[in-house]
Amino acid sequence: MDGILDPLILARWQFGLTTLYHFLFVPLTLGMVLAVAIWQTAWVRTGKLKYLQLTRFFGKLFLINFAMGIVTGIVQEFQFGMNWSEYSRFVGDIFGAPLAFEGLIAFFLEATMIGLWIFGWDKLPPKLHLLTIWGTMAGTWISAYFILAANAFMQNPVGYELNHATGRAELVDILAVLTNPVALAQMPHTIAASVMFGAGIIAGVAAWHLKRGRNEEIMRPALKYGLVSMILGGIGVIFSGDQLGLVMVATQPMKMAAAEALYNTATGADASFSLFTWGTPDGTHELWSIRVPYLLSFLSTHTMDGTVEGINDLQAQYTALYGPGDYAPIIWVTYWSFRWMMLFGFVSIAVAIVGLWVTRKGATTKPWMWNVAIWTSFFPLLGILIGWIFTEMGRQPWIVFSLLKTEAAVSPNVGGLSVLISLLAFTLIYGALAVVEFKLLLKAAQSDPQEFTATDDAIGQGDGEVADTAGADRRATPDRLTVEASVY
Amino acid sequence: MDLAAIWFWIVGFLFVGYFILDGFDFGVGMALPFIGKTDTDRRVLINTIGPVWDLNETWVIVAGASLFAAFPEWYATIFSGFYLALLVILLALIARGVSFEYRHQGHGANWTRWFDWMIVVGSAVPALLWGVAFANIVQGLDMDASFNYMGTFWDLLNPYSLLGGLTTLTLFFYHGLVFLTRKTVGEIRERARALAMKVGVVVAVLAIAFLAWTVLAHFSVLGLVLALVAVLAFVGSYVANLLHRDGLAFGLGALTVAAAVGALFGSLFPNLLPNTDDPAFTMTIHNGSSTDYTLTVMLWAALCILPLVLLYQGWTFWVFRKRIRRSAITGNAADDAADHAIEAERGRAVPAELSAAHSGAHTA
Repeated sequence: MDGILDPLILARWQFGLTTLYHFLFVPLTLGMVLAVAIWQTAWVRTGKLKYLQLTRFFGKLFLINFAMGIVTGIVQEFQFGMNWSEYSRFVGDIFGAPLAFEGLIAFFLEATMIGLWIFGWDKLPPKLHLLTIWGTMAGTWISAYFILAANAFMQNPVGYELNHATGRAELVDILAVLTNPVALAQMPHTIAASVMFGAGIIAGVAAWHLKRGRNEEIMRPALKYGLVSMILGGIGVIFSGDQLGLVMVATQPMKMAAAEALYNTATGADASFSLFTWGTPDGTHELWSIRVPYLLSFLSTHTMDGTVEGINDLQAQYTALYGPGDYAPIIWVTYWSFRWMMLFGFVSIAVAIVGLWVTRKGATTKPWMWNVAIWTSFFPLLGILIGWIFTEMGRQPWIVFSLLKTEAAVSPNVGGLSVLISLLAFTLIYGALAVVEFKLLLKAAQSDPQEFTATDDAIGQGDGEVADTAGADRRATPDRLTVEASVY
Repeated sequence: MDLAAIWFWIVGFLFVGYFILDGFDFGVGMALPFIGKTDTDRRVLINTIGPVWDLNETWVIVAGASLFAAFPEWYATIFSGFYLALLVILLALIARGVSFEYRHQGHGANWTRWFDWMIVVGSAVPALLWGVAFANIVQGLDMDASFNYMGTFWDLLNPYSLLGGLTTLTLFFYHGLVFLTRKTVGEIRERARALAMKVGVVVAVLAIAFLAWTVLAHFSVLGLVLALVAVLAFVGSYVANLLHRDGLAFGLGALTVAAAVGALFGSLFPNLLPNTDDPAFTMTIHNGSSTDYTLTVMLWAALCILPLVLLYQGWTFWVFRKRIRRSAITGNAADDAADHAIEAERGRAVPAELSAAHSGAHTA
């Protein structure tokens, strides 16, 4: 097969497209559900109406996003079998288990709890209703863990044996699969990065309102939550990313070498980290670069005099181990994606730190400062998407590192035309939905938070509960305030 | 009983659950243009499944993942073999799912009508194609020695599978209409009942033909028994519907779906996919399954988790057990007047607080 109808290339493009598209929605769900759960807890505990308003306002953004996460997620599960049947046959014994756990333990919980949360506002007592948003969060976070455990097997296969009679990998130790060091480092990395994205959107939306002087009493706390959780999430991303780097060097040294475009093994000061490189287009000849000595050694081994293996040495090793072939990923992709990922992360953290300073009590804020917060709000998402491109492209040519090559994993009986049709269909429908989705999110983000006014008999009529009618700290008794549930 | 057999039935159970639950979602979606004459009515219909469609759809994700984990060969062959059919199902499920969320976001009548049609088509297409797919599985596929499907998309559209597809299409339509009689009041409830009686006749003809063909061509005792249960349950459901016993009619309708899907699995067992080209390469629960270790680990997980899942999902259905009235959509109690009059005419009680609101609105 060749040209445009090569099923392998088309299937890879489809997987990349649908997975990245799915991951537009996943991190916002993972990050936003935490904020919504925290605010709803604050509302139930303190009775301050601003927390209820925050819960409802950002809950709406969360929900618009949630439906897309679900429907695009089904595609993910189906296409392992549709496009990658040889892969499914080869690893099904191992890879299927975390997917089944994910469905049984996490998806059922998440899908049930979200329905109760959306439609249960006026049907469940406040504390029970609060439990449903935490249940939703548990479901989404647990599902992230299982799918990362499944992905970790592809990066660093553990807990398996090769059955030479069938040519399949077979599970021998489920605990090893679930405690794969790659999964244990990827999990906090993914969650912390998702908290950053949720934080970025919350801070960006708050900045949009504050720039116009709207909804101060609601959006001030939102901004603060966004900036603080951006910094905390950022710290989590840095530490877990460092850990993930160490694991990567131990399990996939080629990926680290490719991340640095390090062709020859280097030690100590020579194991430098380049911030920027200008080279020939194929990436093999460097013309000019800015380098930090020792840094690559430190990132890879946590010592200043460590040795980092180069692509050429690894290529020779792998050829000896796995036979002739090209074992390096596309270097310019890994090199640049590694840098852009980190750049978007660090800029987000820097904006948050400066943001906290310029919005401190008594400081005057200029319009351009709000604009910076608005326009950098999606930077964490870019970092996350590019990070996935790095980790998946960096594994090539393998689909399961050291066991199965991507080219051997594709469905042999699905023709290029079929894959082209599905690729076009997904591109069109996903593109159309992205436009609708973005408009709806924008509209919801620019609307005013719902008011819970003093006409509610719950306000100021609680037994001995005196309503504080002075602006920001208005209270009500959660048990007595009827909050209308959503209606489709 | 061996592990592979246990897992065959667990997967069967998950698909039965999926078809009972998403089956009525599909039916409600298909009912939109027939039962929902006004926008308010269509919103009443959508809100009967609003809180649960998502958890219902999750059953297919869990069923699919369990299929993958327990029978990787089955998963790989079906999903790559039915490539274009599954693509269409996926697109339909995407269109339907987002439409629930998007249609009410308000951009005028055209916007709403567009998403209504996506719900109708997004419900009817999977209802049809799931039947086509399962009939093809029972019938078997033309596979090579590595279980790769060798036929084309058009080979999947044969008389038996098309009959299967029309059976699930109409059966889910009926199932959804009966669900509506249990979840609505007054006009909508009676419209749904009347249409269910008509659709039920078509279901009876198609289902009996399809199940008889299944039993005759792929005989197994279990398949025969379950097919008979399905037919009896359907007759019971139809009669209960006639007698205005909504809950009973729905329960027996669900049993019809369960028994019919069970009959397909019963006819298949212990095969996973008969090979129509060379029976020597038929895929069975033994040459298509994961190792005993994997099946054991998963069995423990399923035994620990599934009862909990059934418990909290059952509780969810109980929380949302109330009938949906027009006033729940419009916020105006007067909109229930006509419905409550019909309910009163039929001698059915209207909850006190609602009838009070109604009479108040009526006199005003």
